[in-house]
Amino acid sequence: GMAANKAAKEQKYDRQLRLWGDHGQEALENAHVCLVNATATGTEILKNLVLPGIGAFTIVDGHKVSGEDVGNNFFLSTNSIGKNRAQAATELLQELNSDVSGNFVEEVRAAGSTCLRLGAVLWNAEVPFLVCRTYGLVGCMRLVVREHTVVESHPDNALEDLRLDQPFTELKNHIDSYDLDSMEKKDHSHTPWIIIVAKFLEKWYSEHNFQMPKNYKEKEAFRELLRQGILKNENGAPEDEENFDEAIKNVNTALNATKISSTVEDIFSCDLCDNITAQTPAFWVMARAVRDFVRDDGNGILPVRGTIPDMIADSEKFIKLQNVYREKALQDASVVSKHVESLLQSVGKVCPPGYLLIMKFFKCVFIISGKNAAFLRVVRCRSLEEEYSIESVNKDEITSCMDNPDSEMVLYLMLRSIDRFYQQHSHYPGVYDYQVEEDISRLKVCVNSLLQEYGLSVSVKDDYIHEFCRCGSAEPHTVAAFLGGCAAQEAIKIITQQFVPFNNTFIYNAMTQTSATFQL
Amino acid sequence: MHCGKAWDTESMADGDELEKKRRKIEALSEKMAVDEGHVACGGDWDGRWNHLKKFLERSGPFTLPDFEPGTETLQFLLETCKILVIGAGGLGCELLKNLALSGFRNIHVVDMDTIDISNLNRQFLFRSKDVGRPKAEVAAEFVNSRVPGCNVTPHCQKIQDFDESFYRKFHIIVCGLDSVIARRWMNGMLISLLNYENGVVDQSTIIPLIDGGTEGFKGNARVILPGMTACIDCTLELYPPQINFPMCTIASMPRLPEHCIEFARILQWPKEEPFGDGVSLDGDNPEHIQWVFMKAQERASEFNITGVTYRLTQGVVKRVIPAVASTNAVIAAACATEAFKIATSAYVTLNNYLVFSDVDGLYTYTFEAERKENCSACSQVPQDLQFSSSAKLQDVLQYLTESTSLQMKSPAITTTLQGKNKTLYLQTVASIEERTRPNLCKTLKELGLADGQELAVADVTTPQTVLFKLNFTS
Repeated sequence: GMAANKAAKEQKYDRQLRLWGDHGQEALENAHVCLVNATATGTEILKNLVLPGIGAFTIVDGHKVSGEDVGNNFFLSTNSIGKNRAQAATELLQELNSDVSGNFVEEVRAAGSTCLRLGAVLWNAEVPFLVCRTYGLVGCMRLVVREHTVVESHPDNALEDLRLDQPFTELKNHIDSYDLDSMEKKDHSHTPWIIIVAKFLEKWYSEHNFQMPKNYKEKEAFRELLRQGILKNENGAPEDEENFDEAIKNVNTALNATKISSTVEDIFSCDLCDNITAQTPAFWVMARAVRDFVRDDGNGILPVRGTIPDMIADSEKFIKLQNVYREKALQDASVVSKHVESLLQSVGKVCPPGYLLIMKFFKCVFIISGKNAAFLRVVRCRSLEEEYSIESVNKDEITSCMDNPDSEMVLYLMLRSIDRFYQQHSHYPGVYDYQVEEDISRLKVCVNSLLQEYGLSVSVKDDYIHEFCRCGSAEPHTVAAFLGGCAAQEAIKIITQQFVPFNNTFIYNAMTQTSATFQL
Repeated sequence: MHCGKAWDTESMADGDELEKKRRKIEALSEKMAVDEGHVACGGDWDGRWNHLKKFLERSGPFTLPDFEPGTETLQFLLETCKILVIGAGGLGCELLKNLALSGFRNIHVVDMDTIDISNLNRQFLFRSKDVGRPKAEVAAEFVNSRVPGCNVTPHCQKIQDFDESFYRKFHIIVCGLDSVIARRWMNGMLISLLNYENGVVDQSTIIPLIDGGTEGFKGNARVILPGMTACIDCTLELYPPQINFPMCTIASMPRLPEHCIEFARILQWPKEEPFGDGVSLDGDNPEHIQWVFMKAQERASEFNITGVTYRLTQGVVKRVIPAVASTNAVIAAACATEAFKIATSAYVTLNNYLVFSDVDGLYTYTFEAERKENCSACSQVPQDLQFSSSAKLQDVLQYLTESTSLQMKSPAITTTLQGKNKTLYLQTVASIEERTRPNLCKTLKELGLADGQELAVADVTTPQTVLFKLNFTS
């Protein structure tokens, strides 16, 4: 039945739900992905999307399955030889996950120039496009998306939002409710370090003209002040107060000035934030609402995040302190949501009616205003046209990377060159043994003409030209599998709007097990 | 233009029905393959190895000096090379697929686990019908059926069930384990196979170990040449010990929902034995988790703590590590690429550690982990123990477990006194633990140990005992 199915899905997807949550999974299950060409790389990407439960996939491929295809592709078998490749791959991928619906379209294969044309169509349609290729021991991915907004970027090691430099009223009142000097040892040793730092900061302010400790010397002096605050036993030796140890350890980061990052400031100064219309996507309506909060209600600061790290303290003190931050965050979120309401009203849109919808709507606002406001990201990739056009090619990036002739950039130049080779000779270099020697010099011509056409004064080592002939456009499975994992996760990032996609060209060198990302 | 719809799930009311239909079609397809004679007895077909041959039959600028283009290398892969995969889980499934499609045919896989529903989001050789069956067995079946000629032999056992005679037979070993202890054991096993002549390791006794690990969106892959390059224990600080919450926090001042869950697990369960005397908490039993969940909720409401959920409870009790298909795909691919390189000399091997993360864009970092001069596993040097003669045996035990470079779990310490072997302390057998427990409070001098005394320490982290030399500081 339906309920049993839902429970089974929760169990099946448990390990990934812990990464992107139920709302991320919902986004994934409402997504439809199209794969052009069921090569090993292509089926490996799809495998990593079907397994986590993408809503649907479509494979477009006009090729017939060859013996060579079956050799490197886990989702083709010998009895698919001669069949349409899209159909054969769809069957074996579909069988990985019955929650997913797959279908296929037999269509003529897409060669180099088709990619640019397809890129233009998708750019205009605002459909994210990921171009992936495995060529010998090299993998390459290019993301083409006009504008991708990230609501939840889940940064590693983000600094806490404690507001010790400018405690809001409720926090100030809470801090004032403590009198460290009159506390018994038990309470003293179990007071949260945030309170301790706040109290000693007040002492520091009175002796330092209300300026925070700024440099190493001052912070060290502040730490010493904290040390002096540790209770002493009857022999004058300091007691074991772990909460004070924590306070001392956190001085470095706890006293940083609360300010808005340049990334978020950039988001606030975008056109889309300024001009809200009925067509403005939700992300920008919310970003504008947060901006309005910052300017009207927050004194130039973002809404409070509302979380604090765990710390040595007794339950009551910790929970009380945590609630001070939480309640403030909820308050701020409520103000932000009022801004959202008035923005929507101003463009003739009505807030969704009904209690439950309002709660869901509110939760969205809370997500963007409280927990994630500081970590909003926008990724804008240049179009393929911009990358390929002589007027707008990113010469600087290419030439500076090529200062190191073994930089992954040389692999990018080689991939551009073999496409040029294909255009001229209707085959990739060195596919057949007898071609290898001849194609090396022909490929060199292509490399040089490419460099000349784009005005790139860099030199490409002969070794790379030789290697790109040697590999004869082979697609070894392990390299396809590596790229398949990378590409699938980027697609998931786009679909869930969680975590930050790369921008915009990723090159993987399986020979050296190194990689690089270029913005081309 | 033909538009085919392979499966129309909207018209299927029942998931089971769909599953049966698909299985039937798959079974028919397999049967057709044999009947139509596309493949004769797992033999090769035209073009099968084209993608690999380019790298094996042609010379190239980045091959190793000992690489010789020709047909022999492919033959070696197909007919002779014996490769062992440890683990048939998230990494293991990917590894088996990758190796099978890279020409390896003689593959063995070891895994003692059975398939669970939570594996199915990434361990793609398994289906819901396989839940409960041994992973190694099902994985081998699937690969052997999908990749004709591939011969994966499953071993549904623990790695510790095998000895040198088993491991010695392999050319390469690839690990897709989820435990540091098991990694260290494997590491120790391969080190024990090494022969030294005049202090120099005999290269023919080296079995390369490729090790992969993943957690969420992060992973790493490394190549270890035992006796030559950094081993697992050389870089133990890269695997910091799991942090457990302090008992006083759990017992008397909980602050986080996790503390409430641990309270139920560690303190209430043993006290209340809710499912019978001596019945221990089974993280895979939903009823057990439900019990812990409810107790944790009670505790949480006592302290006004929010956030206890069933999912969190399960995560804490089972020490769940979040996992997705994509990260496992990336790391296993890197490992299999290295296996291919080692087996063929087609390219320089990773030297020796790759770190990967795709939380923010994609990030890789490759570096050479260094050997530790006095590594307790691979340095051949007896480990130094510096203690005062009035230190207690308890202090030595604490050092063995808490030192970041040793991180032993339950070491058993023996020595030779007056020509006889004497167990100073052993935890893992209850009767011996009881008998030797008084030794913990005795000083090293009282126990009759002398300066320079050799202590032999056995532990689950290593298949061989580790020799220590006692140096009295006073």
